[in-house]
Amino acid sequence: MADVILTSRFATKDSHTLASYVADGGYGAAKKALAMTPEQVLEEVKKSGLRGRGGAGFPTGMKWGFIPKSDKPVYLCINADESEPGTFKDRYLMDLDPHLLIEGIIISCWAIRSHDCYIYIRGEYHSTYDVMQKALDEAYAAGYLGDDVAGTGFRLHCTMHKGAGAYICGEETGLIESLEGKKGEPRIKPPFPAIVGLFGCPTIVNNVETITCVPWIIEHGGEAYAKIGVGKSTGTKLWCVSGHVKKPGLLELPLGLPFKTMLEEHCGGMRDPKRPLKAVIPGGSSVPVLTAAEMMDCNLDYESIAAKGSMLGSAGMIVIEEGTCMVWTLAILTRFYADESCGQCTPCREGTSWVNDILWRIERGGATPKDIDLLHNLCDNMMGKTICVLADACVMPVRSFLEKFGAEFQAHFEHGSCPQAEPVHI
Amino acid sequence: MESKVEFRPAPLRVPEGEPFRLSDAALAEIERLAPRYATRAALLLPALWMVQRQQGYISEASMRHVAAVLGVSPVKVYSVVTFYHMYHESPPGRWNIQVCHNLSCSLLGAEKLLDLLHAKLGVGEDEPTADGRFMIQRVECLGACEHAPVCQINDDFVFDVTPKDLERKLDELK
Ligand SMILES: Cc1cc2nc3c(=O)[nH]c(=O)nc-3n(C[C@H](O)[C@H](O)[C@H](O)COP(=O)(O)O)c2cc1C
Ligand code: SF4
Ligand code: FES
Repeated sequence: MADVILTSRFATKDSHTLASYVADGGYGAAKKALAMTPEQVLEEVKKSGLRGRGGAGFPTGMKWGFIPKSDKPVYLCINADESEPGTFKDRYLMDLDPHLLIEGIIISCWAIRSHDCYIYIRGEYHSTYDVMQKALDEAYAAGYLGDDVAGTGFRLHCTMHKGAGAYICGEETGLIESLEGKKGEPRIKPPFPAIVGLFGCPTIVNNVETITCVPWIIEHGGEAYAKIGVGKSTGTKLWCVSGHVKKPGLLELPLGLPFKTMLEEHCGGMRDPKRPLKAVIPGGSSVPVLTAAEMMDCNLDYESIAAKGSMLGSAGMIVIEEGTCMVWTLAILTRFYADESCGQCTPCREGTSWVNDILWRIERGGATPKDIDLLHNLCDNMMGKTICVLADACVMPVRSFLEKFGAEFQAHFEHGSCPQAEPVHI
Repeated sequence: MESKVEFRPAPLRVPEGEPFRLSDAALAEIERLAPRYATRAALLLPALWMVQRQQGYISEASMRHVAAVLGVSPVKVYSVVTFYHMYHESPPGRWNIQVCHNLSCSLLGAEKLLDLLHAKLGVGEDEPTADGRFMIQRVECLGACEHAPVCQINDDFVFDVTPKDLERKLDELK
């Protein structure tokens, strides 16, 4: 069945074990790929139209194609840092089907001619780390990793690497710095990692979900994958739904389904019928917020969400009900960026905490309407002026909240602080 | 006027601590991993995790030891330890209760959990209780928002936490 590709084995007993994976035909795609040339594998991935699932949506085949021909080692880094607020899909993939990721790694490394892969996993995923490490040990013991992968002579080593609590290590060059044993401070680009990455060598950084799509693409062909979804949004997508819905959780849906269908049929609607939908943050906390009206006629694919002025991002969808204070919500969102800025760029280091301070002042008292001008001014001085896009990720929520929920900010000024006794119903 | 800056306070100095040496097993593990990386410095995060597992926190003595083992400068180790939130620069409580305060958890009651913890334990954030049993930490999104509100107690997730669950935990954990 084509509409579930990544989660099809989640309900299987002991789905995380090698025995169960192989019994379901696992590692067949890897064997198929290793009998193809790397160029043929790359061609299939290009044909699939697969786009990176880490947030930016960059075409995966095209990115792999940027690796220059040289004698230098090539590295693959799996981005399992999963720290974008609202996002929890990679945890499920690694917990419930770790061998799918390993098979994707084998195929991807073959395509880009890499012999060393690192899985950079966020420090907080302790038990997931153990599941992944165990799966790697099984794969080594069965000869799917090591000096002679599946008897083909292909050498591939794969190593778990644990982060230690820093959102910025999810940014691909921050991740590379962290892997090198440094503070996770993003690098100035260009050069891009495909040219100068880990240890100064060509490097591809891909999200967990991106790589787990690869075995299906090789097994069924890029064209079959491209038939799922709509337009340039090919394939299925994992959605992480949290917030005020009746049934929060992980969903795999073909790209292009209406949000309304997702909410009503898959999430059981809002949790409290007296409090209808107010707003949705569709792609992790770093993307512009959309109002209920914008969302209710929005389809869930890259282009449709972009047409509404937001982004699919990491597909971490935070659903907010009527009666939630949006000033308070934005103060919580921006606190994260203030806390996680790596501090290299002045506009980001100073701007994120300044913005956050102002928002708490509006929420708790002591602000004046002039602070709105100051917020806009700060946003103008942050957006597009920094080494990485963390500063932009703070600006986008701020601007969209001010634009769409400006009246609530005014009400705070008139009241002197939050007019609600409780900013949220619990 | 209340304008509360919501940062974790960074300690000004890291305690010197007891003389420190990684266990033989940990040192062997470092040598086993070394061929996987192009530089020894790349083993810094793994080595610091080993220190924290062995000693519970990362003292100044252990930083100098790790610097010597990996051939990097002690100040570089210090800069890395202080950059990452999960490395403890002083001994945490036996049970480190980490409450996610990001949006999905806040929408469903994270602040109530924090209020309860502070009231019950009588300490602020990042300071262990006098008996060394507990510490309260605010943390960012733990990647489990479908189970909001979420905590981690030491290395383990606690999902869909209610104030009642938390009270029970406080009694259970010795
Ligand atoms: C501040 C910041 C944080 C990021 N965090 C993550 C993350 O946790 N996981 C992830 O896969 N990508 C994250 N990204 C995106 C990565 O930089 C990169 O685009 C991605 O890993 C590429 O993989 P993909 O092409 O497979 O999506 C982040 C980007 C930024 C700017
Ligand atoms: S924008 Fe912020 S997080 Fe990104 S490099 Fe600059 S200071 Fe660091
Ligand atoms: S917001 Fe708390 S786990 Fe994601």
